[in-house]
Amino acid sequence: MENLSYRYSAPRRAGGSKPLALVGVVASGNLEVLVERVLPDTECQLEIKTAAEGFGPVWAAVTSDFVARRAAGGLKLSINDGGARPDTVALRLAQAVRVIEGDEQ
Amino acid sequence: MQQVSDGPAAIKPAAPVAFNSSASWSSGREARADRLRAGSAYADGKVVEARKATALLEAVIRPGDRVCLEGDNQKQADLLARALAAVNVAKVYDLHMVQSGVVLPEHLDVFESGIAKRLDYSYSGPQAARIARMLFGGKIELGAVHTYLELFARYFIDLTPQVALIAAVSADRHGNLYTGPNTEDTPTVVEATAYKDGIVIAQVSEIVDQLPRVDIPGDCVHFVVQSDKPFYVEPLFTRDPGAITEGQILTAMLAIKGIYAPYGVQRLNHGIGFNTAAIELLLPTYGERLGLKGKVASHWALNPHPTLIPAIESGWVKQIHSFGSEVGMDNYIRARSDIYFTGSDGSLRSNRAYSQTAGLYACDMFIGSTLQIDLEGHSSTVTESRIAGFGGAPNMGSDPRGRRHPSAPWLLAGEQADPGTPAALRRGRKLVVQIGETFGDKNVPLFVEQLDALILAEKLKLDLAPVMVYADDVSHIVTEEGIANLLLCRDKDEREHAIRGIAGYTDIGRGRDPKMVERLRERGVIRRPEDLGIDPLDANRSLLAARSIKDLVEWSGGLYAPPSKFRNW
Repeated sequence: MENLSYRYSAPRRAGGSKPLALVGVVASGNLEVLVERVLPDTECQLEIKTAAEGFGPVWAAVTSDFVARRAAGGLKLSINDGGARPDTVALRLAQAVRVIEGDEQ
Repeated sequence: MQQVSDGPAAIKPAAPVAFNSSASWSSGREARADRLRAGSAYADGKVVEARKATALLEAVIRPGDRVCLEGDNQKQADLLARALAAVNVAKVYDLHMVQSGVVLPEHLDVFESGIAKRLDYSYSGPQAARIARMLFGGKIELGAVHTYLELFARYFIDLTPQVALIAAVSADRHGNLYTGPNTEDTPTVVEATAYKDGIVIAQVSEIVDQLPRVDIPGDCVHFVVQSDKPFYVEPLFTRDPGAITEGQILTAMLAIKGIYAPYGVQRLNHGIGFNTAAIELLLPTYGERLGLKGKVASHWALNPHPTLIPAIESGWVKQIHSFGSEVGMDNYIRARSDIYFTGSDGSLRSNRAYSQTAGLYACDMFIGSTLQIDLEGHSSTVTESRIAGFGGAPNMGSDPRGRRHPSAPWLLAGEQADPGTPAALRRGRKLVVQIGETFGDKNVPLFVEQLDALILAEKLKLDLAPVMVYADDVSHIVTEEGIANLLLCRDKDEREHAIRGIAGYTDIGRGRDPKMVERLRERGVIRRPEDLGIDPLDANRSLLAARSIKDLVEWSGGLYAPPSKFRNW
């Protein structure tokens, strides 16, 4: 297990007002993302627990692209990773933002 | 009327001196007669009992013979493979095996024991690791790894078999053969062997009075060995829709909207793999929404892929010619003779040589997956420890320079590659598309600095690295990050960055110059999902026309009968 943590200044605030959301599943080659609206609008934090060690530079690239491309300000994302591929990680992060942007049920 | 004259006797040439007055001009035919006599001791007419198969082979095969043991990526002459592996190595040795597939353990056992020495082949899927070990260990003298069509061609020039061991469903007493839907390589192997003084031995599971149809005429077949069970067939072209990922669906959306639509690709071949299976399952949903029905993907060189059933049932497909059949598809094919090629008995007639020719010359596009792509765009499925061979992919995945008939996609691709040449003198280009996700199984990157094929060629001292698709044949590469159109690249640098620009988070992708990539994107060399109006978040499994094997059975109206390993109900 490896724990990684990234904190970015975020150019855009995440839309909507939902306080939290969960996407994905914990499984081999997949990941679960818990997203919480708990930070100032200009910040984004990612906490990663991953089964695959030694992929720090790839996580840094995936998470910084995510914050640059998606409106993720105000969000803390906690990731439980089962060795997912980077493209799957990027997809789940984007899905997490879309879900928390969605209207309250 | 022209007057005919013998001319003066004085200029009549002298009779030529024969290079060897005692040489026979029919030594091959005489040798065949000898072999037939030796073999007939074990036969009743042409029919040989299975228990005598090894003795028959010892009688008709001579040391050093070229032998084709029929087997490809689908059907296998498995009884004859076992019989050959059991011959006495003091009688039969140093054979030169010339065969499409090295697939069964016995195909390599004959090299372990010394029965065979030299190998020319095409495909070795399940034996990829063992064949690599044996090549490194010097157990096999390798001629070359061919494409199917290339090996077939050499059967008629310099690799003509002296003995062919083939597989059919049934035979009559005269040796006429019914191959059933898996005709595949058989007519080609028999043509080359039987008409050049060779011996053809067929294994069949039944001997009958009346065949459903004649696939191979009896005068080309010398012995028929009765097997107690049908020949083995691998369901190689069945992909379970349940295993298709969102990433694969995204690549499929990109391919359909970014390549099939703008080029209007109607005549095509799909490789095996989950990305192309996803395309097949998106045609009736996503493709329909884009208004592409009738405009793309109507005429195919393709095995009977179960994942194409929803597109067929939705009226997308006009016609399919097949290399081989697919386990479980027989009844569906019988009931859809407007789509498939079928015989007088109603079952599929496949033919690998013809379908490969069709894929090469009559298709405007090949799209398939690979394991490694380098910075120039060369691709290979060889890794350091596995030599899978090629099968048909390099033939499908190449631009045929002998093509002369125009079509809209071929002309458009040619114009993109070479805008400077006047249209009437410009060659068109086949679309050769590599599709995959940037990381494969176990997080192995698709993009590499150097192909493993090069390391292997060096270790084995091969003249050629086993490259599956050469860079100059590739027109597009599709990943989840976008499409690189290599036809539009004007130099090596642009090409490299077009590839880096869609290589995602691999080392190759992260080594990009972002400014260069943006410039290529402005020119349409690289197209991202957003450039095509595709939201990656829309790529989900609800887009698949069938989400399971069971859904495919339902689409087929119960006609598709999947093999048990694909049933979970």
